[in-house]
This record gives sequence, structure tokens and C-alpha cells, in this order.
Amino acid sequence: MPKVTIDGHSIEVPEGTTILQAARMIGGEIVPPAMCYYSSLKGSGGYCRTCIVRVAQGSAKDPRPMPKPVASCRTPVMDGMVVENITSPEVLEARKGVVEFLLINHPLDCPVCDQAGECDLQNLSFAHGTEKTRYEFPRRTFEKKDIGNYIKLHMTRCILCYRCVKVADQITDERVHGVMNRGDVAEISTYIEKAVENDFSGNMIDVCPVGALTDRTYRFKSRVWFLNPMDAHRDCKKCSGKAVLWMHGEEIYRVTARKDQNAEVKEFICNECRYDKKDVKQWVVEGPRHIDRTSVISANHYEDLNSLKHAIGEQQKKLQEKITQKTSGI
Amino acid sequence: MARKLLLENIDVPGINSMEAYRAHGGYAALEKAMRMKPAEIVEEVKKSGLRGRGGAGFPTGMKWSFIANPPGVPHYLICNADESEPGTFKDRFLMQRKPHLLIEGMIISSFALGANTSYIYIRGEMLYVLHILEKAIQEAYDAGYLGKNILGSGFDLDLYVHPGAGAYICGEETGLIESLEGKRGNPRIKPPFPAVKGLWDCPTVVNNVETIAAVVPVISMGGDEYAKIGIGKSTGTKLISACGHINKPGVYEIELGLPVEEFIYSDQYCGGIRGGRKLKAVVAGGSSVPILPSDLILKTPKGEPRLMSYESLSDGGFQSGTMLGSGGFIAMDETTSIVKNLWNFTRFYHHESCGQCSPCREGTGWMEKVLHKILTGHGTIKDIDLLWDIQGKIEGKTICPLGDAAAWPVASAIRHFRAEFEEYVKNPSKIKDVKHYYRLHDMPVI
Repeated sequence: MPKVTIDGHSIEVPEGTTILQAARMIGGEIVPPAMCYYSSLKGSGGYCRTCIVRVAQGSAKDPRPMPKPVASCRTPVMDGMVVENITSPEVLEARKGVVEFLLINHPLDCPVCDQAGECDLQNLSFAHGTEKTRYEFPRRTFEKKDIGNYIKLHMTRCILCYRCVKVADQITDERVHGVMNRGDVAEISTYIEKAVENDFSGNMIDVCPVGALTDRTYRFKSRVWFLNPMDAHRDCKKCSGKAVLWMHGEEIYRVTARKDQNAEVKEFICNECRYDKKDVKQWVVEGPRHIDRTSVISANHYEDLNSLKHAIGEQQKKLQEKITQKTSGI
Repeated sequence: MARKLLLENIDVPGINSMEAYRAHGGYAALEKAMRMKPAEIVEEVKKSGLRGRGGAGFPTGMKWSFIANPPGVPHYLICNADESEPGTFKDRFLMQRKPHLLIEGMIISSFALGANTSYIYIRGEMLYVLHILEKAIQEAYDAGYLGKNILGSGFDLDLYVHPGAGAYICGEETGLIESLEGKRGNPRIKPPFPAVKGLWDCPTVVNNVETIAAVVPVISMGGDEYAKIGIGKSTGTKLISACGHINKPGVYEIELGLPVEEFIYSDQYCGGIRGGRKLKAVVAGGSSVPILPSDLILKTPKGEPRLMSYESLSDGGFQSGTMLGSGGFIAMDETTSIVKNLWNFTRFYHHESCGQCSPCREGTGWMEKVLHKILTGHGTIKDIDLLWDIQGKIEGKTICPLGDAAAWPVASAIRHFRAEFEEYVKNPSKIKDVKHYYRLHDMPVI
């Protein structure tokens, strides 16, 4: 098995693993951010360039460094490869540049955007962006479009990650949308007189890293951090039926698929589960969902009670120990 | 008079027909090649030291030997005739005048690579050249040079010409392959390289028109003989399309190693600068290579005369050198505004960016806007530094070389002509024809 070293952490990974996957196996700070890569979609990644890293040593056989920074999501590891991510100032500078490029034409309308709070671009710019833009020209804008009954397209917010195109290609029966035009006027659009009406089309919303594709049934209903995410499942013939219900009291505001710590959906859900089952009686509620990611959702008052109890217990234990130490010292 | 291999007999009337081409020694190399083994042809090309003429200058023989050989999978040869680099027009000239030279080269190269189907991907705007090529291909089929069992060798080849829809990005080899497959011309992420997974996921070689045409003289004269022409690792002859402020613009065939000074000033080639003016700058190999001021293009930093060869032109790296590139030689006299010229180049790259990866999609447009701002007299010194910063954040961070191609001209223009940018910023009232460049929708928000 090839052994790769990322920022000083070594790990052995199966043949064909990419640098990004290897970094995720190590975990922590050294994981490069990714805006377009999606592990459950084949052939995704390589476009946004936020995950670029420097390969200081190509492999044990050929120790030359790679001449240019590479996209870690699409570069397979070689045995003896040495990768620099956060230890290379050059990479951090380049990443800052990419974030700036992604933001120059982004409307930054987070206060009115439904994605705010669970937006990858928000997290990315918080971590790697600058506080002030150097761009002083009018931003590129597009008309808002309804693409089908359930999805609203805000092309202005799009970063052209191609994830929704890959979802339509790989999960739905037929892709009726794609990228039109080129350069900075390239846009996601449906084909002439076509609407996205497919049993699995709702997943396009889940994979969208920004607020370009939003759920028309949920638009402007609530901020995500005011809702309680609950794991729930139901018997579904089309999909796994495992979903997250975003609830306010007894009311279900929206249903999404379950996202892991990298904000990626592993089991996609069908539109019936997503849009037609808005009554809590139709679901078996398993319990509160813990949101792992650095997000305002996990920072609010609502937390997983069990882990909270555990944490309090630990603290009490420590306090008790301290007190015993002190008393024994006297 | 210098030796001509590709442009030999180019002025013979009717050389674009099979009859005249054959009467002047055409298809003799093919007949010779068909008596050789494919591996021998590859060996000859390796010996010749022929390097890719499309811009990167990668050794052709080595590229051919990289092609993967999985059993039962066909090979493809694609000729990249999507010549769209501003300043480059050598391939068009060659295909228009001597289409059979390219076809002969295609047959020999396909035979060497074991490809039974080959394509010429031609730029959509050159539709009239497509008709010339199609007529020539038909003549080759009729003469038995294409089709089944070519010249009794048992080798079959079908040759197709495919027009693009007019996109610079489809000249990038993987973008070209995507386009040929009928998809959007987005470059692929490498690896895998086309030699392993190219057209229809099969091993594919993509070569420039001039490279494939040069295979014909390599075979007819032998690789060793060909390698004697030129200088050092730059062997053979190269087509240079000279344009700009020179007295005799046109396509010239030079032996690599010709001094740049001789190329510009001798009557045999460019014939000096228009109106006896002074040379200001030269873009030596198509718009994407770094621009050089006259003192650096005529002499290397060490004081040696600069030669037209891959090595000599890149002497000094990007600090003081440039590249031979595709051979689009643009000379500019002292009346030229570098800022206006640069804006024009940047506008081109902005327009041609495919929009796949973020630095190029957003960065090219941003650079264009900043340059336009400087050009119309609204710029500040900070904007020049900003431009420098943006180009640095595009270069080397993109999927394909278009990002680099957009960044290099900006970097070199600021490196060598910063004073001129500052002049635009400090004395906006002196800028000529400002109104010509105004566009209301795109002015900076003040």
C-alpha cells in the first residue's frame, strides 16, 4: 500500500486513493477545503482549485517535486509522496487567491440567502478569505429562474462546481440541464423548454455548495439555525428512506438527505421523501442529528443531549478530582 | 537561400492537386515509409530530434513512444489544426497551399502509431480550408493512399476532417478530444494523458499540423540527415508567421538557429521595420508568450545574439527570455502602445476562457477590466500592482495552459514596460483615442 506524508502526518492508503481522501483519513486541520469535489459522485472535482496542494516529492522512485500546485481531489497518491498543504505559505497564498476569485462575482447576499449557515463558500471565505474585496467593477448578474416545480436557480451565486450536472448524470434517469456559454458568462441552464422533473432531482439542491439551487418549498421560511435537525427514516421503495427532518416544533419545514462531516451526502433520497412527506407521523424519528461541521447550526443552543451529559459528567469528574487533590494536600 | 522542406514548391501552380504534388516528388516518402516497419519510423522521428511545432516543443518521437498498448484497443492520431493563437497563421497557409503534404504526413504517422482511424480537427472559422482538405483526401482515396490495404502493405486508414465551432480552448489537446467526441470543449484533468486515455478513452496522439507535415521530410531524408539542420536540440526547419509592423509580413520557413536580427532586418525575411522606424518590442511565438523589448529580443542578457531556436529564445527564463511557441512572430514599432496591445490580448483570453476552473474564469475577466480601466485613464498605481498580483494567482493554478497563456503576457508587459503603465496612470490626458475604448456598462463603480 502506498504511504503518503501530508504536512508531516504519514498514512498508508489503498492504491488509487487521492491526496484529498488520504488527508480526510488523517483528519484535522490538514484537510484541504473542497468546493466541487464530492466523494459520492464519479468524476467530480478539479474545477474550483481550492484544494490545491504542493507536492514536494512525487514518489519514492521519482523524488522530484511537481512543478505546479496540483488539485488534491484528482491526484492519486504515490508511494513515498510528500505533500504540503498548510505548511506551505505558497499554497495558502494560492488558496486565498482562489477564494478571492470565487467571491469577486458572488453577490454576497448571505443575509437573504437560504443556504447561509450551511454554505461551503461561507465557511471557505471565513477560513481563507480576506475581509475586503479588491474588485471594484459591477458584478456579473443573471435572472433568477425556476427550473422545475421544486428548484429555484440563482445563477448569480453559482460557482460552477458541476456537482448538480454530475448528480443529474449519475443519479437521475435523464439530464436535462447543463452548462451553457463559456468563460465568466457560463451558466447552468436547462435545455430549451425543459424542466428538471425527476424523482431524484432534489439531490441537486443538497449537493450545491452555495445557494445557487434552493428548495422552492422551503425558500424564505426560516433560517437553518432556527430549526431542529432530526434523523428519521421511513420505508421507501425508491430510496433508502434515511433523511434529516428540519423541524420547528411539530412542523417539518424541509427534508434533506444526511450529510457527513465533509458535508457530503452518501445516500441520496428521492423527491417523494423530500417533498411529499411533510407530516411527522409519516416518519420514524430516531433522534437529534449532530451537525459536525463548523457551522452556526452546531453552535446554537440545540445539541445532542447524550454527548452533552457525557461532557458535563467529565467536567464534574475533573472538578471532583481537583477538590480531592486540594483536600488531600492540606 | 535557406533550405526549404515544408514550403518547397509552394508557389507551383496547382500544387494543391494530387497530380502536381506527385509530379514534384509528393508521396515518395509515403512509399518509402510503407516499406519500413512502424517501429523504424518512430525511430527515425526520434533520431531527427523533431519537436512539437504547436507551441510546447515536446520531442515528437518521445511523445509517440509513450502511447499505451493495451491489447484489443485501437489507437488514434489527431492532427491539431485548430490554429487560433493570435499572430499565428502558418498551419492555415500550409494546409491551404499544400494539403497533400499534411495528408501524406498523416498517413505515415498513423502507420507508425498503428492508428486505423485518424482525424484532422480544423478550426471552425477555416471552413474553406476544410473544403480544400476534403478534396485532397478524396484524391488520396482515389489514388489508393487511403482506404483499405494502402499500397499493398495491408494497412488500412480512414482519414476524417472535423471542424470545430470556433473556440480557442479546443486547441488544447484534451479540450480538442472532448470536442471531437461531441461534448463541450472543456479540457480534461491530467493525468491520465491522451497517450493512455484519449479519444473514446483509447490511446491517442495529438500533433500539430506542422509537426505531422515535418514527418514527411524526416522520412524522405532520414532522421540523421534532418537532425543536421538547425542548432543543438532545435533541429530542422520551422514555419514562422511574421506580422505586425514589418515591411514583409508572411509565412517564412527558417532553419532553426537563424539570428533574430537577421530574421527581422534581412530582405529575405521580414525586410525591416515599417517606415524605417525603431523596433520597440517583439512577441516571438504567438500572443501567449512573454513580450520582450527590442534590446532583449536581439541580444540575450549575456550579450550573445539571440537566435530563433527553442533554447536561445528561452535563455534567461521569464525574467529576460521568452519562448519560440507556435511561431507567431509579432513585431511592434516605437509607435505601439504596449498597454493597448496587452488589453487586446487579455480581452481575447477573457473571451476564450472555457469557464471550467475558477482562477481563469474569474481572473481573465478581472485583468481585462483592470487593464481597460488603466487604458481609459482611470487607473491608479495600485491597479498595476493588482494586475501583477492577479496574474500570479492565475499562473500555474489552472487545469489547462490557457491560464498561463493569459498570465504570461500581463506579467512580461509589466516587467519590461512598467514605465508605460505608470505614464497612463499619471498623465491620463495624454492617452490617445480614449473615447474609442469607452464602454458604459463596464466602467468602475466610483
